[in-house]
Amino acid sequence: MTGKQKLVVIGNGMAGCRAVEELLARDPERYEITIFGAEPEVNYNRIMLSPVLAGETSFDEIVINGADWYAENGIELRSGEEVVGIDTVSRMVATDKGNRCGYDRLLIATGSLPFILPVPGATLDGVIAFRDIQDVRRMVSTAEGGGRAVVIGGGLLGLEAANGLRTLGMDVTVIHLMETLMERQLDEAAGFLLRRELEGRGIEVLTGATTEEIVGDEAVKGVKLKDGRTVPADLVVMAAGIRPNIALARDAGLDCNRGIVVDDFMRTSDPSILAVGECVEHRGQVYGLVAPIWEMCRAVGDTLAGAEGEGYRGSVTSTKLKVTGVDVFSAGDFAAGDGREDIVYRDAARGIYKRIVISEDRVIGAVLYGDTEDGNWYFGLLKAGEDIAASRETLVFGPAFAGGAPQDPNAAVAALPDTSEICGCNGVCKGTIVTAIQDKGLATLADVRAHTKASASCGSCTGLVEKLMALTLGEGYNPAAVEPMCGCTELGHDDVRRLIRAKELKTIPAVMQELEWKTSCGCAKCRPALNYYLVCDWPGEYADDYQSRFVNERVHANIQKDGTYSVVPRMWGGVTSAKELRAIADVVEKFAIPAVKVTGGQRVDMLGVKKEDLPAVWADLGKAGFVSGHAYAKGLRTVKTCVGTDWCRFGTQDSTGFGVRIEKFMWGSWTPAKVKMAVSGCPRNCAEATCKDVGVVCVDSGYEIHFAGAAGLDIKGTEKLGTVATEDEALEHIVALVQMYREQARYLERIYKWAKRIGYDEVRSQILDDAEKRRAYFDRFVFSQKFAQVDPWSERVSGKDKHEFRPMAEIGVPQAAE
Amino acid sequence: MTNWVEIGRLSDIPKRGARCVSTPMGRVAVFRTAADEIYTIEDRCPHKGGPLSQGIVHGSAVTCPLHNWVLSLETGTALGADEGEVRRFDIRLEGEMILLDVAVMAVAAD
Ligand code: SRM
Ligand SMILES: Cc1cc2nc3c(=O)[nH]c(=O)nc-3n(C[C@H](O)[C@H](O)[C@H](O)COP(=O)(O)OP(=O)(O)OC[C@H]3O[C@@H](n4cnc5c(N)ncnc54)[C@H](O)[C@@H]3O)c2cc1C
Ligand code: SF4
Ligand code: FES
Repeated sequence: MTGKQKLVVIGNGMAGCRAVEELLARDPERYEITIFGAEPEVNYNRIMLSPVLAGETSFDEIVINGADWYAENGIELRSGEEVVGIDTVSRMVATDKGNRCGYDRLLIATGSLPFILPVPGATLDGVIAFRDIQDVRRMVSTAEGGGRAVVIGGGLLGLEAANGLRTLGMDVTVIHLMETLMERQLDEAAGFLLRRELEGRGIEVLTGATTEEIVGDEAVKGVKLKDGRTVPADLVVMAAGIRPNIALARDAGLDCNRGIVVDDFMRTSDPSILAVGECVEHRGQVYGLVAPIWEMCRAVGDTLAGAEGEGYRGSVTSTKLKVTGVDVFSAGDFAAGDGREDIVYRDAARGIYKRIVISEDRVIGAVLYGDTEDGNWYFGLLKAGEDIAASRETLVFGPAFAGGAPQDPNAAVAALPDTSEICGCNGVCKGTIVTAIQDKGLATLADVRAHTKASASCGSCTGLVEKLMALTLGEGYNPAAVEPMCGCTELGHDDVRRLIRAKELKTIPAVMQELEWKTSCGCAKCRPALNYYLVCDWPGEYADDYQSRFVNERVHANIQKDGTYSVVPRMWGGVTSAKELRAIADVVEKFAIPAVKVTGGQRVDMLGVKKEDLPAVWADLGKAGFVSGHAYAKGLRTVKTCVGTDWCRFGTQDSTGFGVRIEKFMWGSWTPAKVKMAVSGCPRNCAEATCKDVGVVCVDSGYEIHFAGAAGLDIKGTEKLGTVATEDEALEHIVALVQMYREQARYLERIYKWAKRIGYDEVRSQILDDAEKRRAYFDRFVFSQKFAQVDPWSERVSGKDKHEFRPMAEIGVPQAAE
Repeated sequence: MTNWVEIGRLSDIPKRGARCVSTPMGRVAVFRTAADEIYTIEDRCPHKGGPLSQGIVHGSAVTCPLHNWVLSLETGTALGADEGEVRRFDIRLEGEMILLDVAVMAVAAD
């Protein structure tokens, strides 16, 4: 016997061995040490399993302490031997090999267990976790046969696994429950960039996807999702999270919550037992990263050596994704909030996104994508709680600029060499532009575009070109004042629309990143506009973002001053029937609707409906055949008609029938601003067609088409488009004109303003004179109607967006707390 | 004194959205931001009583659906040039569950 105290360590992982190293550094002689490790390996660096999987390094390279280290320090390593019980009274541990071993001090460092989703099929052959070298070996050998892998979980581990498997040549699909990858570390914008990068590497990413079952007989064959899809798979990697491995400690009667409860000195509820690493819970916190574990190990080293230390106080953590070529960093708290200021920097060309969150002149969070070099610097500022008031202007540019004078906005451009490319589409370099400006005396953006082609295609370099002009011409240059969409961007509506198409941007986060939005999630001005542009440009592909719609379009009714709603069903062309009127009367009585009014748009408005009643009101109206009148929508509102040839002694054409036809063809479409139409049966014009967005005045020879009228804030008679002979032709012209407006106008711009801005003749030449263009507009409208013409009321009656119409909870008069 | 009552789950509220809760002192609005933070304020705009739960949520602010005042969810005050304030209530997340402190409401209802 040595007279030394006996230290037993359970867990030969990162924490267990580091704790022993810390102890040896303080007092190498104090204990006789035995380490049990369930894995049949020496101590290796678990976080490097990802590069091993990707084939970038080997197991030998990631061993931290080899066999010689144990020997030199007189440590007995019992690898491949699992501790199965702790007897705290006799101070003994028992192992799966039937051995027992006594201790004076016990250190538990059992780490975590992967969380295996409790779905059918989870135990099939071919379903594995990503935790140890065995898992990696299994993945590598499966990948040798090629095949398909599914990774469940789009967090750090899952994505590193996915990337590794892809590098090994497998077809990989990542299934993630949330909408944003790594949502705990990244905001939407960075999540979008990451997704795009992974997709670019050939990894399929399914977000918002719930795993329902893993299918297969003995070996796994695929993963079935809740939406019914099945993704085929030869290998399934579960990376859905980890759980502290506390079974041993709990069975031994130690205090446990989520983890083994320890104090600042890493002591458990049993004074002779310490715990460290992922298995512990300290001040209510459990950790899944090594940085805090290293700090814990210092504390446990002090405690074991009987040294006075400060103890462990908890950690702020930061995360980096270890996928070669993908730089992602996040730290601290990056939720938006007030009193909090976001500094956002985006560089679309280089795929960079940086967001620094500041509160009371201190950095409290950071998300970096694409350029993470300064991550540690921000993390340092964050941990130190340093006052950054003085360097706030340049903070986002990193330490190189910090503290200096605010940057000259043109400095970056001035510093570019003449050979650097400014306009990617046309391959124009800085030198070419500067020379052209000087030699040819160019003074306007239009001139520069005409002479050099710079910024003449997709336009995304317009800002750069303007900066060059400002640099070259000095005071002489006065950039054309484009009014930005809102405070979140420098770009105007037209540029944004052009770029959405040129760059095929199909989601709001994509637009915000690629067009370098200055805020992280936009505002109430730009979000509805972007949502419309995307709905219009990518019918069938873009998933409407309801949270970016104004409440009326979200709940499909008009909000009133008292927070109730009005309901206006469609009455096609203003025509109704006894059955319809009776249904309206019944609904009004049944729901005690306080007001009913005939509108200026030839239909009936029921005002003062409670929000909770809306679905039931719609259900009753739906039974009578009514659909939504979209009286709330930036979309097609009404088509007013007169009685035409059906009854009127002057009627020349079937104005009522045509009005109904137009309305049935075009209802449901979203437009930049509301669209109102009318069809009058003769030039007496009883439907007031000549003050509408689009109007038709029937004449003996056919149909006179009018557009760009207004009778609201402004009063304006329509312009005449032209006269056509048949109803079919008239319909084609009207639809084409509205589609042209849908594609070109700025959000909230009525037809009369848009047409005036671009010129009435431009509209005539494209719609009246150019049959091919007209037909193309018409076809695009028809295509988009396939997705748009869905009655929103019946959708909601059958349960869509239920949450909109009911309070989440009702609280009665609460009892005072006991 | 606090009195925490479970009012629902985080997933009951859409991201960048809100739900309301009826209480003895009127409706309160519970917001969820893009970053999954939750806030509770009175569902009455200080301007003319607009239902703030129906507004567009951006950052940690909401734009009132009636006349576009922007209110901070964190402090309850109007941002920008407008002046006004709504009451805030304590709320917290426990895992997925949302808990609202109704103690103040009990007092008010007494
Ligand atoms: C109900 C109705 C008044 C009525 O009792 O007759 C009405 C009611 C409202 N109008 Fe109107 N307008 C109504 C016909 C009109 C007309 C006449 C027409 O359509 O023939 C006009 C002039 C024609 C025009 O639009 O050029 C008209 C020009 C406006 C304007 C000015 C628009 C403009 O760009 O000039 C607004 C304000 C806006 O849209 O921003 C407006 C806005 C509104 C809003 C939506 C205000 C709001 O945002 O809450 C009102 C909604 C009340 C509700 O909850 O139903 N309303 N409004 C009419 C509904 C027609 C329908 O069946 O859908
Ligand atoms: C693939 C991968 C990548 C990672 N990347 C990063 C990263 O980039 N950055 C970062 O900070 N962190 C990363 N981590 C997390 C990091 O590896 C862990 O935080 C760290 O390993 C935890 O250390 P630990 O000692 O608590 O647990 P572990 O390292 O898991 O060690 C616990 C050991 O105890 C053994 N054990 C358990 N029960 C018993 C028992 N009853 N008897 C005997 N032995 C037992 C286990 O077999 C295991 O070897 C990554 C993890 C993985 C799996
Ligand atoms: S005229 Fe003014 S008050 Fe009357 S319904 Fe139209 S918007 Fe409302
Ligand atoms: S009531 Fe909210 S802005 Fe007017």
